[in-house]
Amino acid sequence: MNQQGVRWTADQVLALAPDAASRKAGSKLGAAGPWSEAGSSDEGTVWGLCKGSGSKPYQTVVDIADASGPAYKCSCPSRKFPCKHALGLLLLWSSGDGAVPRGQAPDWAEQWAAGRRRRAEGKRTGTAAGSPSGSGDPEAARRRAERRAERITAGATELEQRLTDLLRGGLAGAEQAGYGLWEEAAARMVDAQASGLAARVRELGALPGSGPGWPVRLLEECALLHLLDQGWLHRAGLPDGLAATVRSRVGLPASADGPPIRDRWLVLAQYDTADTRLTTRRIWLYGADSDRTALLLSYGAAGRAPELALPVGLALDAEVSSYPGAGQHRAVLGERFAPPAQAAIRPPGVTTSQAAARYGEALRDDPWLESVPVTLDRVVPVPDGDSWQLADADTDSALPLTPAARARPGLWRLVALSGGSPVKVFGECGHRGFTPLAAWPETHGEAIPLC
Amino acid sequence: MPGGWEELVTSALLGTERRTPPGCEPGPNAPVALLDAAALETVRRRAGLRPAQAAERLEPAPRDPRPPLPSAAARRLTMLLTDRPGSAGGSRRGTAPDLMELLPQWLAMANASGFAAPAEALPALLDAARGRTDLRAAALAFAGPRALWLARLNPEWRFALRSTPGGGTTLPSPEESVKTHRLWQEGLFAERVALLSSIRSREPAAARELLATTWATERAEDRLMFLDSLRTGLGPGDEPFLEAALADRSRNVRATAAELLSALPGSALAARMAVRASACVAVDHTRDRPTIVVEAPHECDADMERDGVVPKAPTGRGERSWWLGQLVEAAPLGTWGPRLGGRTPAEIVELPVADDWQSELHAAWCRAAVRQRNAEWARALLGAPTAPEAGGPGAVSLAERAKLLGTLDAAERAGWVAGFIATHGLSEAFQLLGVCAVPWSEPLGRAVVDALEIARDAGSYPWSFSGVMGLAERCLDPSEADRLNGLLAIPDEPEDASPGAGGYWAEAFQRLVTTLRLRAAMADELNATQNPT
Repeated sequence: MNQQGVRWTADQVLALAPDAASRKAGSKLGAAGPWSEAGSSDEGTVWGLCKGSGSKPYQTVVDIADASGPAYKCSCPSRKFPCKHALGLLLLWSSGDGAVPRGQAPDWAEQWAAGRRRRAEGKRTGTAAGSPSGSGDPEAARRRAERRAERITAGATELEQRLTDLLRGGLAGAEQAGYGLWEEAAARMVDAQASGLAARVRELGALPGSGPGWPVRLLEECALLHLLDQGWLHRAGLPDGLAATVRSRVGLPASADGPPIRDRWLVLAQYDTADTRLTTRRIWLYGADSDRTALLLSYGAAGRAPELALPVGLALDAEVSSYPGAGQHRAVLGERFAPPAQAAIRPPGVTTSQAAARYGEALRDDPWLESVPVTLDRVVPVPDGDSWQLADADTDSALPLTPAARARPGLWRLVALSGGSPVKVFGECGHRGFTPLAAWPETHGEAIPLC
Repeated sequence: MPGGWEELVTSALLGTERRTPPGCEPGPNAPVALLDAAALETVRRRAGLRPAQAAERLEPAPRDPRPPLPSAAARRLTMLLTDRPGSAGGSRRGTAPDLMELLPQWLAMANASGFAAPAEALPALLDAARGRTDLRAAALAFAGPRALWLARLNPEWRFALRSTPGGGTTLPSPEESVKTHRLWQEGLFAERVALLSSIRSREPAAARELLATTWATERAEDRLMFLDSLRTGLGPGDEPFLEAALADRSRNVRATAAELLSALPGSALAARMAVRASACVAVDHTRDRPTIVVEAPHECDADMERDGVVPKAPTGRGERSWWLGQLVEAAPLGTWGPRLGGRTPAEIVELPVADDWQSELHAAWCRAAVRQRNAEWARALLGAPTAPEAGGPGAVSLAERAKLLGTLDAAERAGWVAGFIATHGLSEAFQLLGVCAVPWSEPLGRAVVDALEIARDAGSYPWSFSGVMGLAERCLDPSEADRLNGLLAIPDEPEDASPGAGGYWAEAFQRLVTTLRLRAAMADELNATQNPT
């Protein structure tokens, strides 16, 4: 594999930026001026010296061939990750105008890259040898899991009681009761180590008085929470797949023990959502040969970007293993065999009716599912009052966009790309509507990120 | 179970104590039964969701016939658009180039190469054009027809419809005379101005004739705007129309007509002005050396007023000198050679002027040279750039000089400014540099770089020159970058230098070189596929 074969595009590099400020700062450093002695090697290492405010230039090195995503090292004091120097260096490299020639890495860069490769190699052989999980005594682990299950059961039972009380007195009272009631219940679920239940309870707290139709939304969420409680309490009687889904929805950790699937995985979309505690990054992958769609989740502490970042629009030759649970898309990225490369991969698409049906079918395996990943073929964005739809070019059905999608700047990129003509759109299709995440022009061209 | 869900919601809202949900026994188990039923109903409703009826579809965007932007240039555009102003926090710029400042230049090059904007970049382009009126015209031209289609869908981009001639409606071609006349008769004001300007730029006479068909019925403000659009392609053929407009009801229309006529040296108005102005200015040979004497007009009569002379002087100015200025400004410059003893413009400007009239007279000649685009007079009035008084507060202000330079061709303009900078340094040069063609010619570029080096060696901080530095980043020929290599290092500081100034200068020169390299790369990217092989 020719490691130098594909330089990334500026967009793909900028997608690695942890926030808008870094993107801006990185863009400014993406020119030859502050850089000296920059270069890149056939092994996929890119390095350079960046003149900063001090007398000694920063040493910046990036390993783009690493199996677990690009790795960065920079002698600057920034805690941003990757820092602006790493971004600027990659931008300079991506511009391909000769400022980053191929060559032999200097010692300081080579040592770091070689060390990384050695460690990665060691990890791989270690895993292959089937090293026992480090947590020691299996009996103790079983007892811990049992205790945890008991606490969750106690938490679920208490939640059921709270829901019953709420329904007996009426949801109308919930609007006055305010947030505190729910925060307290959520804290108790955290104590019970049921983070999935805790998150649902917190969302319940935000619903009363949240605009027209809130009683319907609150009843729906109460009912689904009730369904999850009951699923947990009766998990012994559930089929294996559904039981695994209930466990993961409740918040029990699972390991991605599905068989690794090696494929050319196209990075469809990458976006972050943040609350006060956590930044969650979702990355959607599409496997060209397996025709599977996989979701990679990674987390960062509040205000920090999660570490995993993949260039949208490029394809990875890599292994992906799924998490257990029926109808789950979540997976983990395993070994990567080559750096991301351009590839003319496009997921096959469906009509809007088929997309809606696909969500309906997926609920059979996971009734708590908010949306499913879908690619729509030949759809046109159409304004509909204050909102927008994606309408089939050839029939008169349409999927409304979700309220969140309406507010994103990506909507306008999608409308501009379409110009009133059919486009191909990847996104999440659920009961709230469709959230477009990437789009392709009708005939040819690369994926345009919309998130 | 039609209506079943609504019943459940009602029970839930009121509470099972008050309302027993449908199909449940009242009592302590009612809430659980309600939750069971609601869970089933929620999943059933979600699983049964069907697409909605499609709303009315949009008219597809017009096709953009221009070739697509080369991909390297498209990536560059993304980067330039990512660098949005506002968040920099007013900090020092360091050695990194100011990308947003390069956007106007990039747009000009892209427009010159005739490429189409990538569709997905249009929202960012429209946002940039919205935030910065200075690049609005170029951004909208580059964004093309699809951007106007897009702008109609988003109220934030309405400005694009206003700032584009005709709001994006295509103007009829010159052959479609029926359509042209209908648009002229019925169109909105902006559309009519656009139509008139577009015809005027192709067939000046046809535009004038079109305007004449409705002239008598137009409102005064509209007449003024329409008359103003005749400035383009002004020629002797316009004289009868303009002469008639001198009798217009509106004073502003009369003044504009007079101004346009005075720019036509062969017009009857110009001849009348020549007679009036000549009566005021003469050479007195009775002194030691020939001297210009001025006898300003004693009154502003009705005929003068009809020819556009404004009778009332602004406060603080004598009305006689006010009238004189207007007469000299409107008189053809060709008048003065024969009138003042067959002298050349340079000789005339050299003549002493009696009784403190020099600044009044020379200022009027400057305005005349600009209005009549007379390079010979402009040259004479500018004088030699190296003359000592050129740097000081002479008779001709910097603003007037900048305007005079505009009448010279690009090379001569650059040469004059280069000479000026070589003699007087950079402190007064900013305005003059602004009128020079981009990229700067080699002599001009060298003069600026040399002057910057001298300024650095003088030991002051570079921020006094940040205006010129910024211009140099945008205007210096990128091929000069190599010549600047010697300036990138931090120089030894002279004893009386401001502390640390050398480092800041090195930083500023690094930014200059980086920006020049970036501009060279930008140009290469846009030229890359002009000859596809």
